[in-house]
Amino acid sequence: MDAKTIIAKRVAKELHDGDLVNLGIGLPTLVANHIDADITVHLQSENGLIGLGPSPELEHVDLNLTNAGGQPVTLIEGGMYFDSVTSFGIIRGGHVDVTVLGALEVDAEGSLASWIVPGKRVPGMGGAMDLVVGAQKVIVAMTHTNKGQPKIKTQCTLPLTAYRQVNLIVTELAVIAVREDGLHLLEIHPDTTLEKVLALTEAPLHVKTYTKMEG
Amino acid sequence: MINKQKYLDRQTFVKHLFDGMHIMVGGFMTCGTPEQLIDWLLESNINDLTIICNDAGYPEAGVGKLIAAGRVRSLIASHIGLNPIAGTKMSDGTLDVTLVPQGTLAEQIRAGGAGLGGFLTPTGLNTPAEEGKERLEVDGQPYILERPLRADLALIKARQVDRYGNLNYAKTARNFNPVMATAAKLVCVEATERIQVMDPEVVITPHVLVDYILAEVRDGR
Repeated sequence: MDAKTIIAKRVAKELHDGDLVNLGIGLPTLVANHIDADITVHLQSENGLIGLGPSPELEHVDLNLTNAGGQPVTLIEGGMYFDSVTSFGIIRGGHVDVTVLGALEVDAEGSLASWIVPGKRVPGMGGAMDLVVGAQKVIVAMTHTNKGQPKIKTQCTLPLTAYRQVNLIVTELAVIAVREDGLHLLEIHPDTTLEKVLALTEAPLHVKTYTKMEG
Repeated sequence: MINKQKYLDRQTFVKHLFDGMHIMVGGFMTCGTPEQLIDWLLESNINDLTIICNDAGYPEAGVGKLIAAGRVRSLIASHIGLNPIAGTKMSDGTLDVTLVPQGTLAEQIRAGGAGLGGFLTPTGLNTPAEEGKERLEVDGQPYILERPLRADLALIKARQVDRYGNLNYAKTARNFNPVMATAAKLVCVEATERIQVMDPEVVITPHVLVDYILAEVRDGR
């Protein structure tokens, strides 16, 4: 199983029946493929819908129905459309149960950086700053390292998306909770070792009891 | 009966344009962007525009066409990642880009259209989005004071328009369009379909907010 699939499958286990969930562009979108068939999760796309369905076949593509990445999508029964003000009222107002997004860096205090690499890449924050401040639970879904360098830092070095908003970090190697006293290792992937996880994590980890990460 | 002057043609549209004007453009990654009105802007010779839009579109679509043609001095947006030309122009200093969190951008426009002096949001605290802004506390919680946004002109894409100028929108092409229709001195609408009278229950934008209508324009870029 590749890293992205491992991460997506594990994040899907954090979702509960009835949750309103926003999945970010890229890896987080894959989480939708692994949601337990026995539960109903309402997916929001911040450009203005709840009830996100699977990608359409080419002949059913509707230019007026896209996700926040501008890709064609479908709407499931019970779903609806709304404008951007309503969408961010839902987001900032605390009505989104879980937001899942990628990050360039996350730190020991639960701050994250995801929207700019000064002098290199300046895509912009889009809706990410509102989502991580407004959602009840913030899950960062990302690969553990970037070209071998740790992305889980003692302190973020890139400009922040938000200060102290992350609740859980899920990578292909580990599941890490952010608490008042720092980062707690909850699970490690069966194919890795504690030593490897510690070596690839810059931030200090509290390691007491951890379990095998479920794929 | 609708006043005949409400129907828009190219000459009438161009008469209202001037250099340096601030223009809001509806749409999200060009879904719900009025491409015909943008083309008329391109065909005019106005320059030094300040564009307020969710994003920078693509190099060949949406406000990206205006950026590529060098007609935009300033862009206020939440995201420019799908338009590499905007990124290049931002880096070389030929385009002034203000990146704003998407929810803050929507609410700034709402405040502008609703006569509010601004609003308080927790979004962006302790990030570059807070720089140069005032922080206020309410009941012990910190917030950023964000100011309203208004514009000289709003370009809106609607699904249907009736003969009074009432509007509704198609699916996720709604996005920033209804709020932008509240926040500009002049509101010009490009609609896909013209109908006689809209069911009052499905009107999203009341006709009193609309100045000019260009109807029966095909969707898409």
